[in-house]
Amino acid sequence: MNALYKHRLFWPIASLLALIAINAIARPQFIKVTVRDGELYGALVTILKDSAPLMLVALGMTIVIATRGIDLSVGAIMAVSGAVALTIIDGSGSPDNLATVLIAVVVALLVALILGAWNGLLVTVLGIQPIVATLVLMLAGRGAALLITGGEITTVNSAPFKWMSGGYLVALPVAFLIGLLAITIMGLIERRTALGVLTEAVGINPEASRLAGVRARGIIWGAYMVSGILAGVAGLIYASRISAADANAAGVFIELYAILAVVLGGTSLNGGKFSIAGTVVGVFIIQTLDSTILFLGIPSAQSPVFFGFVVAIVVVVQSPRVRTALGSLGGRRRSRGTSGPSTDTVEVAR
Amino acid sequence: MTATMARSERRTGAGPSAFQTFLSRHGGMMPTFAAVLILLLLFVGAEAFLRGDFISGGNISALLLDNAYLMVLAVGMTFVILTGGIDLSVGSVMAFTGILGAKLLADGLPAAIAVPAMLLGGAAIGLFIGILVQYFGVQPFIASLAGLFLGRGLAFIVSLSSIRVEDTSLLWLQSERIWMGAWYITPTGIIALSTVAIAAFVLHLTRFGRTIYAIGGNEQSARLMGLKVGRAKVLAYVISGSCAGLAGLILTAYSGAGYPRNGIGTELDAIAAVVIGGTLLTGGRGYVVGSMIGVFVYGTIKSVINFMGAEQSWMQIIVGALLLLFIVVQRAIVARSEGRR
Amino acid sequence: MLEVTGATVRFGADAALRRVDFRLFPGEVHSLMGENGAGKSTLIKAITGALALDEGTLTLAGETVSFRDPHAAQAAGIGTVYQEIELLPNLSVAENICLGREPRRGGVISARAMNARAHEFLLDLGLDVDPASTLGTHSLAVQQLVAIARAISADVRVLVLDEPTSSLDLDEVAELFRIIRELKTRGVAILFVSHFLDQVYEICDRVTVLRDGELVGEYLTRELLRIDLVQKMLGRGASELKSRDRLADDEPDAAVVLRARGVSSARGINDADVDLGEGEVLGVAGLLGSGRTSLARALTGVNRLESGVIRIESQDVRLDSPRRAMSLGVVYSSEDRRRDGIVAELSVLDNITLALQSERGILRQIPAARRRELAASWVEALDIRPPDLDRPAGTLSGGNQQKVLLARLLALSPRVLVLDEPTRGIDVGAKVEIQNLVGELADNGMSVVFISAELEEVLRVGDRVAVVRDGRVVRTAAAVELTADSLLALVAQPDEDEE
Repeated sequence: MNALYKHRLFWPIASLLALIAINAIARPQFIKVTVRDGELYGALVTILKDSAPLMLVALGMTIVIATRGIDLSVGAIMAVSGAVALTIIDGSGSPDNLATVLIAVVVALLVALILGAWNGLLVTVLGIQPIVATLVLMLAGRGAALLITGGEITTVNSAPFKWMSGGYLVALPVAFLIGLLAITIMGLIERRTALGVLTEAVGINPEASRLAGVRARGIIWGAYMVSGILAGVAGLIYASRISAADANAAGVFIELYAILAVVLGGTSLNGGKFSIAGTVVGVFIIQTLDSTILFLGIPSAQSPVFFGFVVAIVVVVQSPRVRTALGSLGGRRRSRGTSGPSTDTVEVAR
Repeated sequence: MTATMARSERRTGAGPSAFQTFLSRHGGMMPTFAAVLILLLLFVGAEAFLRGDFISGGNISALLLDNAYLMVLAVGMTFVILTGGIDLSVGSVMAFTGILGAKLLADGLPAAIAVPAMLLGGAAIGLFIGILVQYFGVQPFIASLAGLFLGRGLAFIVSLSSIRVEDTSLLWLQSERIWMGAWYITPTGIIALSTVAIAAFVLHLTRFGRTIYAIGGNEQSARLMGLKVGRAKVLAYVISGSCAGLAGLILTAYSGAGYPRNGIGTELDAIAAVVIGGTLLTGGRGYVVGSMIGVFVYGTIKSVINFMGAEQSWMQIIVGALLLLFIVVQRAIVARSEGRR
Repeated sequence: MLEVTGATVRFGADAALRRVDFRLFPGEVHSLMGENGAGKSTLIKAITGALALDEGTLTLAGETVSFRDPHAAQAAGIGTVYQEIELLPNLSVAENICLGREPRRGGVISARAMNARAHEFLLDLGLDVDPASTLGTHSLAVQQLVAIARAISADVRVLVLDEPTSSLDLDEVAELFRIIRELKTRGVAILFVSHFLDQVYEICDRVTVLRDGELVGEYLTRELLRIDLVQKMLGRGASELKSRDRLADDEPDAAVVLRARGVSSARGINDADVDLGEGEVLGVAGLLGSGRTSLARALTGVNRLESGVIRIESQDVRLDSPRRAMSLGVVYSSEDRRRDGIVAELSVLDNITLALQSERGILRQIPAARRRELAASWVEALDIRPPDLDRPAGTLSGGNQQKVLLARLLALSPRVLVLDEPTRGIDVGAKVEIQNLVGELADNGMSVVFISAELEEVLRVGDRVAVVRDGRVVRTAAAVELTADSLLALVAQPDEDEE
């Protein structure tokens, strides 16, 4: 029991289950899943479906944060990728042609990959702080997306493209399956290759890793590229959902929600140990919370207040000060607060 | 190389040239000068190639009028960035205080109550962020992120749609124009410029101001020197929050309404203006006057783009590119000074 | 003036300082000497208020005091100049001197009065710099002097100078010493820490030696021979060791595996030559700051070379990264395990397999079962305790962390193993185990560079010993031909040169 209690995913999962339970009591239809034409429907299915873009972005963010970085540009990359894809489909004249859509998707993802590589270049080669480096693209990327769409909201009616967000495959929404695929691939890479542990090593102690022969620079660069391409996929799903490339609205604030999901999942912003499963739970918490707020009749525009408080509570609970106060209660979660006020005086003279 | 130069300067008793003295005293101003240069180039370029009346009293006065709120935000942001922090909340705090003020006025309260309430609302969110940063060791990025969410949500709680402002005293801030030849200035412009002046005074001539710089230079050393580091850090966020409150007031007067969707992404504009104005994002170096220049650069680019009839999206791209340019320059400066240590 | 009695400071279970007595007299320069980990910096921190004593008392001018923080110590008249200059490079010289007690009128800082006051202090130190200039634009030497100006601008009774000369050139050191003498005449008690023996002998009246957190003794500098001082610093502990057959030549008699000629790097080594034979242990002796660590780092691709050639088995190689060196079979274990070695929050298992895995590449993951088996075999072979593969490596004791690091490197089956102070700060049992292990490895054909601050250890472990001084290898000799005393003489560089 104690081991269960101390597991790093205990609190995230407990919060998620509590949220679902509250919803189920308040509105029993919440947990009801119906089958219609061999396709699943219901509030939970909607949550699964709607969570896909955030899921993808948060997965990429997890890897970037594990290397002690952060990627603010994901929302902008989403906008660019949606804009690129829809502009190609729109310009082709045959929006329902599967080949056209495939080309559009591949080109959009390539662009997203290049943008991720750009971030990686600024961080690893030029040595710019990740927050600042990705801020550049966060600003400029959305402008670029607007340019691609000519400043308008490009709308298309393309059945194959729409399928990405609205379609079903083996009774499950395609968007969810894409998210699931990403989770599986990330999980496999973490388990089946050495990338997981090497990324953690780089995030925890870059210099020791370098001395141990780890290619730190390549790993960090790769993390930004992964984040870029996942944001690209998220942008496609978003564009598919609204059948339009809205460069102003696509992925607004998603970087913040993604960071929140990562933190909720127990991955520290100081880098190092990360948990894909934790991030997945974090995303579901956010999405369920969102659905709950909506159900409560609170206008969705007001929901940021709740997220603001959630962020504050989570960071305060994770802070070194509260950790020490809670003592053994806090479990084994790490705190490497280099800027923690309590440790300052000890390290004065090195 | 540079070390030898400095040494020889010390040994050769002959006084260093005026230029050397200037450089050693105000070398940190170089990025700000670069911003001034860019601003002048923009002016001259726009004057020569776009329209003949770009450098005119009316145009420059309008520049101040249109960007007064951003200037106030940039001043607050400068305090926070000088300490090595960042405040992402200012855009949404501005929206919150703006709509709060409009709502209070619409409910029939006098401006004498509404205006202090706006400033206090901003200061309160700033205090919340400052406490998270200083006493709970939360990274400024995340703490101000919580502030961003909070401000935006509160704005929508106050009202989901825009509220018109009828109060004449508030609108007067915007409508009153004091003319000096072809130049004019509105009370909002005066507020913005006085904010810059007061901030410059505080930052350069008070212990609190020097503490802000000291924290950005080396927090540990600042503490060792007996400066009140914790208090100054919290206060920096409170100032930034209050400035966001003031910006909400200015923006409400400017647009004649409070709107909960105001200022989405404005925090990035403010950060960009501060950085373009020559303040280092790592803290400790920069000038509030530079931030003012940065705002003018920002505003000028915007009006040039408007005039050319080009896509507004170029704005974001150009600001992003300028930001990158300045960051790389700053990086080079930091690398140079680290190499010397 | 200042007296410390029975000072004890513990970090967790380890005591960094055990019942140390120390005193400072007014108008006297006192040096604190000791190797890495001897407790010097802990004692300084205790005196300057950066650290609280667990036991013992601190008396200042006859009054018992305890400082809550460094600022309290400053207020009591203890000024400190730290090794890494703790100033604000972004502010002006005058502000760096005066901030915290700057002249104000109605809350407004008077820049003119502040500059004038700073100028006075600077002139006092014979330093003519513009007080309004930005500190960061000046050389390190000037910054150091500004730090001293700040320290003495308050009413200072005790001045602590922690390695103030490490970044100064000879002229600047002379300048500093002039100022120290000036302060002496004013009756200030000065604590001067430096690892340059010449400087200690030039300026200090009294020396206190610490070793392994304990007091060795307090001596008058003029009565203490340089060689005795070094011996007291390094100590002589005998511990049992398996004997090995050792070579008796100055040159390696087996094939040379690694040969370095004229190696220089930006940090601390200058034109050093090294030959390392197959299956031999080359001990490296040298004082702190002699360049022994820089040499190790230059040979293993950690620091870039400025000039010089490194050959591995008669092939010229370019070691531009640790990774490249590893692929050539040259591995390095840093003297600072915590910072450069252990990845504290990863498990022992992950730490041991880290280098091997990164050498194999990301995609070719070592199968989990094989990884465990491998790590378990190293844990058993090196007797790592507790033998728990999943424990975060940072929670192990120093000796066991060192073994984990060794296991990580040995798993690569290297040809050349460069160990920088592998036995520093670990208990005697683990020390002997590591010494024995090094011997066994060499017997099995591995070439080892073994750096240690303890001369006895270098002599016992090494086949040959290279002496490093001022960034050069000044002498290489067979270990059996050297005695502790003759090696000491080489390391300490007595006044008349031996060679």
